[in-house]
Amino acid sequence: MDRDTLHRFLYDMLLARAFEERAAEEYANGNIAGFLHLYPGEEAVAVGVIHAAEPSDYLVTTYREHVHALVRGIPPRPIMAELFGRCDGICKGMGGSMHLFDRERRFMGGYAIVGETFPVATGIGYSIALRQLPEAVICFFGDGAVNQGTFHEALNMAALWKLPVLFVCENNHYQIGTEIHRHSAVVDVHKRACAYNIPAEKFDGMDVINVYEATRHALARIRAGNGPQLLEFETYRFRGHSMADSGSYRPRSEVKAYAERDPLKTVINEAEFGYPTSEQITAAGPDVISRLVDHPSAIDHFDARHVEQIKQEVANIVDDAAQFASQSPQPTIDDAWASLYGNRQHETLMEDAQHG
Amino acid sequence: MAETLLYWQALNRALDLEMSRDESVFTLGEDVGLYGGSYRVTEGLYAKYGEWRVRDTPISEGGFTGLGVGAALTGMRPVVEIMTINFALLALDAIINMAAKIPFMSGGQFPMPLVVRMPGGVAKQLAAQHSQRLEHTLMNVPGLRIVVPSTPQDAYWQLRQSIASDDPIIMLEHELLYFEKGEVNPAAEPPPVHQASVRREGTDLTIISYSRMANLSVQAAEKLAEKNIEAEVIDLRSLNPIDWDTCSASLKKTHRLLVVEEDCRFAGAGAEIIANLSERSFFDLDAAPVRIAGLDMPTPFNRELEAASIPKINDIVDAARQLAGQNKTG
Repeated sequence: MDRDTLHRFLYDMLLARAFEERAAEEYANGNIAGFLHLYPGEEAVAVGVIHAAEPSDYLVTTYREHVHALVRGIPPRPIMAELFGRCDGICKGMGGSMHLFDRERRFMGGYAIVGETFPVATGIGYSIALRQLPEAVICFFGDGAVNQGTFHEALNMAALWKLPVLFVCENNHYQIGTEIHRHSAVVDVHKRACAYNIPAEKFDGMDVINVYEATRHALARIRAGNGPQLLEFETYRFRGHSMADSGSYRPRSEVKAYAERDPLKTVINEAEFGYPTSEQITAAGPDVISRLVDHPSAIDHFDARHVEQIKQEVANIVDDAAQFASQSPQPTIDDAWASLYGNRQHETLMEDAQHG
Repeated sequence: MAETLLYWQALNRALDLEMSRDESVFTLGEDVGLYGGSYRVTEGLYAKYGEWRVRDTPISEGGFTGLGVGAALTGMRPVVEIMTINFALLALDAIINMAAKIPFMSGGQFPMPLVVRMPGGVAKQLAAQHSQRLEHTLMNVPGLRIVVPSTPQDAYWQLRQSIASDDPIIMLEHELLYFEKGEVNPAAEPPPVHQASVRREGTDLTIISYSRMANLSVQAAEKLAEKNIEAEVIDLRSLNPIDWDTCSASLKKTHRLLVVEEDCRFAGAGAEIIANLSERSFFDLDAAPVRIAGLDMPTPFNRELEAASIPKINDIVDAARQLAGQNKTG
């Protein structure tokens, strides 16, 4: 792993964590309302997967998608403004937390009905295959979505027509408050794909490098014309399902065990691995300081100060985003009509029919 | 220029023409390809355009309608055929939660150039699960448009216009209309897709209807003429939006309103039509508006009972005569 890539992972994961914690704060302050589903604990999945994708690949996500949007490159300001429901939101305040869309960045939407991402992604895959383009679509879903009919319908069609779809399961073990053993007869999500002859594997979703490598390989297989692939990443959400849920149904020991495997800790350890402590440098004497310092930079690692610098940087960015969102104007009802009818460029319908 | 075509042939011509003009148009559904379509609408297209543009799907209405939504998001113009509207109940999430919502929720970023075609209505003893009309369900969904062609010419025009539109459009066909004949002039300039047509001019009352019932209303009007009642017949052609101006203008002239629908009476399309026109045209009306509609029961299998559950020409004639102040036996 080269230093720049690792640095980008670390940066995005720290930004993601800071953004989500700020969103929770703004929710508590009354600036964000409605359903708000946060991602802390699961950052390694979105960051690893999306970094392995090309910008020309499409993303279809669930309602827990702020981080996916950030990692795809949508600036924090319009995302936060959308959470606030304001004019400068990425969807002009019409979608909100669960429905982020960015056509330009091929961010094809956050979908808030469980299981909707499957047919949407399959349709995008169909469009790519029909036009024989070298693109792919990544379909995110949770462990709770695999019992919807759309999962089976979409996997069947994607396999039947060899569509370039990467199905990515963010398995956090809970469908809101129901643990996977209580909602699924087969708890290994990846095993379900064999019913449709789709190659599938399970990976540790708490380790971003792991996620990145697995995704890269799966996308390479898709681009080689092998049809859809499915990856299951085992992960954990540190918070409840949404802000309306404390997550109190989960055993304390389980929460603690996963907290110790915080993907942020893991990536920071990775980043700092091999870098000498200041004691080691002192003990080694003046002659070899340069060698000791050069060595880790040659193998692309960096020290704890960098992590602190990034934390400060992302804190400022998130502050700025929240500031921007709070100052953005409220949309008007005319903005809402424009969102509904804005695509009728070449058609003229009666004025009164348009406005009800 | 005009030629006589069956309703299904007109749809077939329209689809063929749009597919030949625009490579982003493709169609999918159960048995649309090799088999040629349950009502022959896609006949010959599989051989002409190949399996990727005329796609036979598994029996997965929710899945393949959602596939259409996803493809439309990338700029394709999918024409999804659902074998009958009864099966579309399995696809309502894709239609209502996705197709109708995405353009809006995205702040207008994504057009939704999706057409979902499906036949419905009472046909010939298909029993309750296969005889539904669900226009009321879809009319209540902002963001969806609904066209209801009743003639081969309208079927031809409205399918072409729906494919060209960037809004999601549901095309409700009728199972008993596919083999009806009519003149189709491909060269004629079509009216706007949502514009109602005055199928017959009259002065004594206005009959507003759509789909197959519009044709029965025209036939009823001919019978009424024999009784010295001149009925104006308006075929709505579109149930969302509805061309209220054409309706109001007619009521200014006739002062009497009769609405004919095949769908169940309770909370049906007719309820909206009468409510809206009562608001708009209250002072033009000389009598309370009248609805005739299907009975509020699942469609019976028995042939006689099935026929009794939906309006017939004589029902329209009787209701019109009463509304016009004529005694039924007079």
